Amino acid sequence: MDLRYDESHEAFRNEVREFLQGWPLTGDEANLALEAQEALFRQRAVDRGYVYRDIPTEYGGGGGEPDVLAESICREEFYAVGAPYASTLQGPAMLVPTLMEFGSEEQRRNFVPPTLRGEIQWCQGYSEPGSGSDLASLQCSAALEGDEWVINGQKIWTSNAQESDFLFGLFRTETGASKHKGISYLLVPVDQPGIEVRPLKQMTGGTDFNEVFFQDARTAADNIVGERGQGWQVSRATLKHERNLIAHPNMMRDHFDALVELARSVQRHGRPAIEDPGIRQRLAEIECVVRTNETSNLRQLSATARGEELKCMLPMMMNKLYSTDAMQMLMKLAYDLAGSDGMLAPLERDIANYRRGEGPTAWVEQYVFSLGPAIAGGATNIQLNIIGERGYGLPRDLRPQE
Amino acid sequence: MHFGLSEDQELLQETVRGFAEAEFPAQRLREVFDAGAGHDDAVWQGFAEMGIAGLAVPEAYGGAGLGVLELALVCEIAGGACLPGAILEHALASLAIARAGSEAQRERWLPKLAAGETVATVAFGEQHEKVGDVWRPEQWSLRESSGKLTGTKSWVPHLGRADLVVVGVEGGALAVLEQSGGSTPGARTETQEGIDRNRPIHRFVLDSVEAEVLPGSRDPDVAHGVIDAGLAGLAADAFGSATRLIRMCVDYTTERKQFGFPIAQFQAVKHQIARMGTAIEPTRALFWYAAHALEEGNGDGPRHAAMAKAEITDRALDIARDAVELHGGLGFTWECDVQMWFKRAMYDRSFLGTPEMQRERMAAMAGW
Repeated sequence: MDLRYDESHEAFRNEVREFLQGWPLTGDEANLALEAQEALFRQRAVDRGYVYRDIPTEYGGGGGEPDVLAESICREEFYAVGAPYASTLQGPAMLVPTLMEFGSEEQRRNFVPPTLRGEIQWCQGYSEPGSGSDLASLQCSAALEGDEWVINGQKIWTSNAQESDFLFGLFRTETGASKHKGISYLLVPVDQPGIEVRPLKQMTGGTDFNEVFFQDARTAADNIVGERGQGWQVSRATLKHERNLIAHPNMMRDHFDALVELARSVQRHGRPAIEDPGIRQRLAEIECVVRTNETSNLRQLSATARGEELKCMLPMMMNKLYSTDAMQMLMKLAYDLAGSDGMLAPLERDIANYRRGEGPTAWVEQYVFSLGPAIAGGATNIQLNIIGERGYGLPRDLRPQE
Repeated sequence: MHFGLSEDQELLQETVRGFAEAEFPAQRLREVFDAGAGHDDAVWQGFAEMGIAGLAVPEAYGGAGLGVLELALVCEIAGGACLPGAILEHALASLAIARAGSEAQRERWLPKLAAGETVATVAFGEQHEKVGDVWRPEQWSLRESSGKLTGTKSWVPHLGRADLVVVGVEGGALAVLEQSGGSTPGARTETQEGIDRNRPIHRFVLDSVEAEVLPGSRDPDVAHGVIDAGLAGLAADAFGSATRLIRMCVDYTTERKQFGFPIAQFQAVKHQIARMGTAIEPTRALFWYAAHALEEGNGDGPRHAAMAKAEITDRALDIARDAVELHGGLGFTWECDVQMWFKRAMYDRSFLGTPEMQRERMAAMAGW
């Protein structure tokens, strides 16, 4: 164990810190809309090689040598000052790594740079009404007609589809092939007559996700990632990135700090709740989990940097489940601290600013929202199967239809 | 930056694991456990030969001069193999003498502790009617006056085998008491019938018993540091026990058939095992960090030791309960091996302060 960074990484950290003095923006730039400010600053960070650093410059990335420690230093430092780091939207976070792994040269050149610049917005079309955990049973079909795929069917739980230019997703292209081998990974423009996006209202009141209907929708024959029938393998890579997105430890630490503040600010028996022995026990128990998550991530990061991932396959597999459980435990205490205001509905503002709101209704919103990650990106019961079967080598479920 | 074990540390674990597998097979564990002596000559001898008995003793006194992380790593293996003996307690006593003993005291005791010729334990617990259970130095009330100890310590492990007992006294200092042939004039030893038969516990009633205070321990930080190392060790022991129990459950449920299939094929069972694993596996990094921070003395150590002890020993006992359940009726029998680890987990959870006590300490240390 040596938690000090070597000299070159320490120097790198100082360099990043110096750069970050440029955030927030000042002068005329500070008058731009927040999104424009973020885009402007992020591009500067990309040019310096701090953001998207593992993507080569010809694809609009930072062009650094693979170095997970440098990457983690950037993430920590950007996060510490609240500067815009890599976008967590589906395009940069999920599609780009997939294209870098499986995409053609042309796809990388056409899609990666504008996606990283935020000029193309993406949504993900995986789930269907009849295909959730059993994703490979999906039915939405694409047939090659001339130089175009013609798509018919439906996708669901498609986050941000209303604002998206393109959808990446899985479609059944090989009739007669077995379940997993009949699927291809396609890129589809959303704004066309054959596609209708209908927002779904969530239980929080927000409308992040949608249904997407395809009726003779079209995309160019070239917009296939990987080979025909290879979509399942390609999508596994994307799912891996989605799970990493959910398990981000810095975010959990922020929520925990906010929880401690909440416990200081609300009263129990005429005293701050944080002085109540029962609340203290729960706060401490939650911090143990938060800290476990942080140290385990650090261990995994370090193992990855040394090419020793095999030493920590089990905790890696558990990240998603561990962190979603932790967040639910955390939000439950927050909800309890909200007291009788737990009966209140979240305000419009809470829904719009989710994860940033203030006051009891914002905590109510977050409490309800904390259910989402346990379902998205592979529901908890599916995670348990993966851990049991791949982690501990237990016999696979009976799957009579196969 | 390296958050992980060095090759030497990995080798240390492999060596101890290999030794335990070869010299302490399941049948021998069963014999020792049933006999309840809490000791096995071959295990202690082996630990002395491998240098583990002297793990916490500086090299200048014939020890290995290793740190708190190495101690925790050995405890993890000991937990996994359900080893009997004062492995942790001996190391804590050695640590106390090494850190706070006078030169004469170190020369007198440390080489024999390192060689395993002398066995040592620690007496830190006190049970008070009004205050409740006490483990931390600032609450000790056993009196020391001109080198004579008067008062009662509770839950003292391995007392019957110990030649040296490091006793916590009023004001937070540590005194070393020499026992000859397992007993001392003025001292009475009452068995407390511990549930973990590999770690017998006693009440130690002292009436003006001669002992030597470790001069450096007048600063209670020494005792705190020794107990914190113990918390990291117990967390590691519980981690080793829990991971071993999960492995036993995997093997049993893969073997055991009902309705024509291995029961592990049913999701009720599979998910239970996956949950047990997810509760404990990520905490490996937590006890590593706690032990490392204690060794470095970087200020993070004490709170992380409390964290690791609270979280890991609590989860380990939950896992042990699940493990009994997964073994069905067999799991509830004396014959089933699970019970030995179950009871080990009970000891690990309680000794040096329960998770509840550790969480309250965490809260106080954070200024909540």
